Parts: sequence; C-alpha cells; structure tokens
Amino acid sequence: MMPNPNSFNNGNLAVEARNMHVYYGNFRAVKDISLKVKRNAITAFIGPSGCGKSTVLRSFNRMNDLVTTARVEGEILYHGNNIYDNDVDPVEIRRRIGMVFQKPNPFPKSIYENVAWGARINGYKGDMDELVESSLRQAALWDEVKDKLNESGYSLSGGQQQRLCIARTVAVKPDIILMDEPTSALDPVATLRIEELIQDLKEKYTIIIVTHNMQQAARASDYTAFFNMDRDRAGYLVEYDRTPDIFTTPQNELTEQYITGRFG
Amino acid sequence: MSSDANVFQRPAISRRGKSSEDVWFQRALALAGASVLIILAAMLISTTINAWPVFAHSGWSFITSAGWDPGISRTEITGSYGALSFILGTLITSGIALLIAVPLAVGCSLYLTNIARPTIGRPLAYAIDLLAAVPSVVYGLWGLLFFIPIFIRPVLKLIADTLGEVVPFLDGPVVTYNYATAGIVLAIMVLPIITAVTREVMSKTPIAEIQGAYALGSTRWEMIRAIVLPRARPGVIGATMLGLGRALGETVAVAMLIGGSEQMPTTLFQGGQSMAGVIAITFQEASPENIKALLGVGVVLFVITVIVNMVARLVIWATGGRIAGDAAV
Repeated sequence: MMPNPNSFNNGNLAVEARNMHVYYGNFRAVKDISLKVKRNAITAFIGPSGCGKSTVLRSFNRMNDLVTTARVEGEILYHGNNIYDNDVDPVEIRRRIGMVFQKPNPFPKSIYENVAWGARINGYKGDMDELVESSLRQAALWDEVKDKLNESGYSLSGGQQQRLCIARTVAVKPDIILMDEPTSALDPVATLRIEELIQDLKEKYTIIIVTHNMQQAARASDYTAFFNMDRDRAGYLVEYDRTPDIFTTPQNELTEQYITGRFG
Repeated sequence: MSSDANVFQRPAISRRGKSSEDVWFQRALALAGASVLIILAAMLISTTINAWPVFAHSGWSFITSAGWDPGISRTEITGSYGALSFILGTLITSGIALLIAVPLAVGCSLYLTNIARPTIGRPLAYAIDLLAAVPSVVYGLWGLLFFIPIFIRPVLKLIADTLGEVVPFLDGPVVTYNYATAGIVLAIMVLPIITAVTREVMSKTPIAEIQGAYALGSTRWEMIRAIVLPRARPGVIGATMLGLGRALGETVAVAMLIGGSEQMPTTLFQGGQSMAGVIAITFQEASPENIKALLGVGVVLFVITVIVNMVARLVIWATGGRIAGDAAV
C-alpha cells in the first residue's frame, strides 16, 4: 500500500511547497499551497482551467522567474533548502528539476544535438554517443531515430518530438521531471506511448504531471492533487491524496463534482 | 416584404467587361511601379553614355590604377583617370564601419530583447533610432571638430604605437583625418539600421525554445548562443548588407573626415578619398572631361552597390533557407 501524503518524510520526500503564494503583478494567481511530493512516484495535478496548476508546477523549477512580473511567497523545500532563497541560482535548480512542456519544443538542431546540448552545458564529460543513445532509449525513441540522428528534430512527428524532449531532459540526469500537459497536443496513440514511458521513468525519477485529462491522472499517477479557482480567482489546493482514493472516495464535495464531470 | 435581394435594386448582369474605372486604376498603379524601373534605367544609361569616353580612354585601368590627374579639355580626354584609390577608400571605410557597427548592433539588440526591462529598453531603442535622424553633415562637423581630435586620435595613436609595430596597415604616422576616423563615424551612422533589423529578428525568437533551453539548466548566455543567435543569423547578415549599402553611399560625413588625399592606402591611419567623396568635393570646379570621369566613378559606385545587394540576397537566401527549412519541416 502506498503511503498517505501526510506521512511522507525525509526518506521519501522529493520536494515540498509550504504556504506558497504566486503573484503576477498585483494579481494573486495561487494561494497558500502546501503539498509534499513523493520521490519516485507520479503525482498528477488536475483541476479546471485557470486553477493555477501550471503556475504551481512552474514554481518548482523557478520557470516563473522568466515572467518579469511573477513573484513567489512562501517556501519550496528541496533537499532541505528553500529554492527561492536569495543565494540559490535558478540555473542550478533547473539542472536538477527538469521540465517537459505542453507543446513539443525541440531545438532547431539535429536529433543528436537536441539530446547532447543540455548534457554538454551541464558539464557532461563522459562518452556523449553513449549518453545520447541511453537517453533516447529511456525515452523509447532510439529504435525510431537511430539511423537518422543527424536529421533535424523537426523532421519527427509530434509524438516523437515530445519523446525527444523527454530524452533531452533525461540526458541531464535530473531528480525531478515536471510535465506540463505533455500529451495535450498529441493524438491518442502517441498519448498512450508517453503514458507508458512515464511509468518506466518513475523507476529513476520523480514525476509531477499537470493534466487536463482526468482519465490520464487516474490511469497514470500514484497521487493526485486537485486544484480549483476560488472566488477571488486565485487557485488553491482542494484535496490531495493517493490517486485511487481521490477517484473513488474523495473527501471534498468539489472534488467529487469535478471528477464526475459536473464542472470544469 | 419582398426578399432582401431587391434592396439594392441591382440591374441584370451586364456583359460590358470590367468597369473602366477599375482598368484605369490598375494602369495607374502599374505606371507607379514601372516609374521606379524607368528612372533607374534612365539614370544608369545616361551616366554610362556620358562617362563612356573616359571608360574608352582609360580601359580597365580606370578601376585598376590610382593616378587621378584630370585634364582640362572640353572635347577630348587628355588627363589620366585611375579611380582605384577612391574605390579602396570607399571599401575600407565601409569595412571599418561594419567591423565596429555589427558587433555593437548585435550587442545592443541582445540587450534590448533579452536583458533590458521595458522601462529601460524602450527609451534606449528610441535613442538608437534617433541616431538615424541626425543629418550626416552634423555627424561630419561633430567628428571634425570634437569627436575625432579629442577622443579618437589619441586612441588611434596608441594603436599605431603598439599593434602597429607588428600588424600591417595599422602603423603610423597617424594623421588627424584618415580612413579609420571616417570609418568610425560611419559606424555610428549605420548602427541604427543594423540594430533595428537585428532587434526585430531577435524579438521573434520562439518563446517555447527559450523556455526549453532554460528548463535544461542553461544560463542566459548559453541560451542566447544556442537559440537566439543561430535563429537571428540570416537577419543579422541581411542587416549587415543594409548597413553596407548605406555606408557605401554615404557622402558628406566621409568626405569631411577621410582626409581628402588621392594616394594609395598603405595604412588605415593615412588620409584618403572615397568615390562619393571625390564626386562631391570636386564636381563644382571640374572641367568637362573631369565631369565625365566623375560620372564614371558614379557608375562604378552604382555597380558595386548592386553587386553588394545581390550578394546579400544570395547569402540570406542560402543561410536563411536552411534555418527556415528546419522550422518548416
């Protein structure tokens, strides 16, 4: 039986948000998020549009820093350090907490270079061919691209491009991989392949996945956090539990209404 | 109420062809477009015809030799006309200008698009655009009286005394107005156009790729080198060629600052003359045969400019096609 989120401790905790608020200018986008994420598990963030689930996700690797008006209050603890402390370099954080985006965004480089580039800037000194191959294998893409590594990343299909993006993320050997609706731009077959892939990846990585698709959360995740938008338009965490519990015995009435499709 | 179709009370379909208004309108627009070509052709043909006696007299030595010794005949060509030093003057000053302006423009554009907050970036962008609004004669006067004697000449002297000992074309003596001084002021004059185009291209960098690079733990510089610069390369080349076109044709400021000498260049720190410069400076007192020779210089300048523009288009097409192809497949 998987442990309850309240019982996560230093032994199995990957990252934790404590009383986190995110603002865009004067607008509070999410409020008072406290949540522990388990190591080597898949945690899904679900909720209606505008509930702030992507904003929360992007706080975990400081991608919000790229929006000049964004501001984070509270703490995100990673190995005991608050990643928003002044003496923490966001570059360092992103090397350990990687991200896969909603739309596949390969670089305008060859397939090989797409994977090798991140590792190289991270100071990888080993055998690059080997790393590229093992990363592409982990992303279940190797067999499809091994004969055309020098072709442009854009020559691949959408699903392959997304697996290429996963491969380049894996190549920098992060602890945690954040996925922001990684299958929303893909067809059902490609979506299932990515979901299978995510199951394999949790052996080595902690995965947090934002999804619009409740079936996906139910199928593919171990834990589910349900977010909603409050009357002041700020997103907040409604309920967080083991995925089977969320989908069979939700404690909150809103959660039940959402998963049974009555809003959202 | 009857059907809506009758509201306009349209007559039956006529078979008189297109309305004559429309035909005339199209002809007027075609004429406007053609007028550009007509003017261009008229200019090239009339200058070439008038300059032809000089071309016939000098042959290829008009562009391969440097003696410029105008005769005073009304009917014949009696002087010797070799424009090589003027051609070199134009190419050298333009080259210096680009060597300085392009890195500066790329740096400005990167700062404006990737680093500056809008509160600083916007005023700075306007200020750079304003550089283009300053008349070139003002640049010439400012360079002549203040910028060059006070700031530039000491620097050039230092370069000549140090680097000049080992690097060819950088040795002294440093006269006050020379190829380098004209090129430096020219760099300031072509900076706005190069920056404007480069900035525009860089602001179009796909945000998804920028985020992808950051998400892998890249620093800003690593992201710029991997994403922004490769994507901007065709635009930077195009901008450089636009700047070169402007630099080749710039007349007054160069004529004021280049030193006005007809000798062949042996160092960047000696005085020289440009093609546009020699025309502007000497045409008023020129003899009829000298006028023909100056027209010849004009024809050569025109041809060089056309060649530069064609090469620019080829380069943009070759490199731009590759990068755009990556994104399109």
